[in-house]
Amino acid sequence: MRDYILKRMAAVILGFISMYGFYVILHGHISPGGSFAGGIIVGLSFIAFSTIYGIQDGSAKLPEKILVWVESYGTLWYGLMGLVGIVKGAPFLANKLAGVDLGTPGTLSSGGLISLIGLGVGIRVASTMVTLFFTLMEEEA
Amino acid sequence: MKLRNILILLVALILIYGILIAVAELPPYGNPDNPAYNQVAQRYINQPIEDTGVPNMVTAIVLDYRAYDTMFETIVLFTAALAVVITLKSSEKGGGDQ
Repeated sequence: MRDYILKRMAAVILGFISMYGFYVILHGHISPGGSFAGGIIVGLSFIAFSTIYGIQDGSAKLPEKILVWVESYGTLWYGLMGLVGIVKGAPFLANKLAGVDLGTPGTLSSGGLISLIGLGVGIRVASTMVTLFFTLMEEEA
Repeated sequence: MKLRNILILLVALILIYGILIAVAELPPYGNPDNPAYNQVAQRYINQPIEDTGVPNMVTAIVLDYRAYDTMFETIVLFTAALAVVITLKSSEKGGGDQ
């Protein structure tokens, strides 16, 4: 009740911050920005939620199980994308050499594997930020 | 003690002189004829769209030309997070019974 204004403003703004982070991740290949910057923005929106609403509510929104899952499989996702090249008979992590359709440069679906790899990297950067924050905060509490 | 300081100063001056000679021999900064601007950099600048289909040159280098580097960068990040979680979680539960 004490932080009524802060909580209501956060409820309005944080969704848009999170959405903007995903926008930066998904448009990393056609605009300034990229998966690392976008992942940081997504992670910071969850960190801001946890600092405003309390660490218990934050952990309830994003349980540790999901964080660990995203972090591990986000790293594995990169390797799986690299295996596409080997399956097609090209070097590991090949993109154009593997015959992936690059699309029209400048559109959202262009770049072949680059946007998919970027999505994985962005999501796992966000989960790393949130994991480190939760772990350090729980240690302090 | 005094002699030792003088010797240290002498050695330091000789080292500084040698490093300054090496720096003076470096090619001028930003000169297009420098050996660092070879055909690799030319290719990264001139045809990322033909090679990767991505207009953002930085993303083209990070996620396509240098994809190996980024992969192990994410693994480094994963390992750092893993180390923090292992260290802090186990100290919370354990209390030194092992």
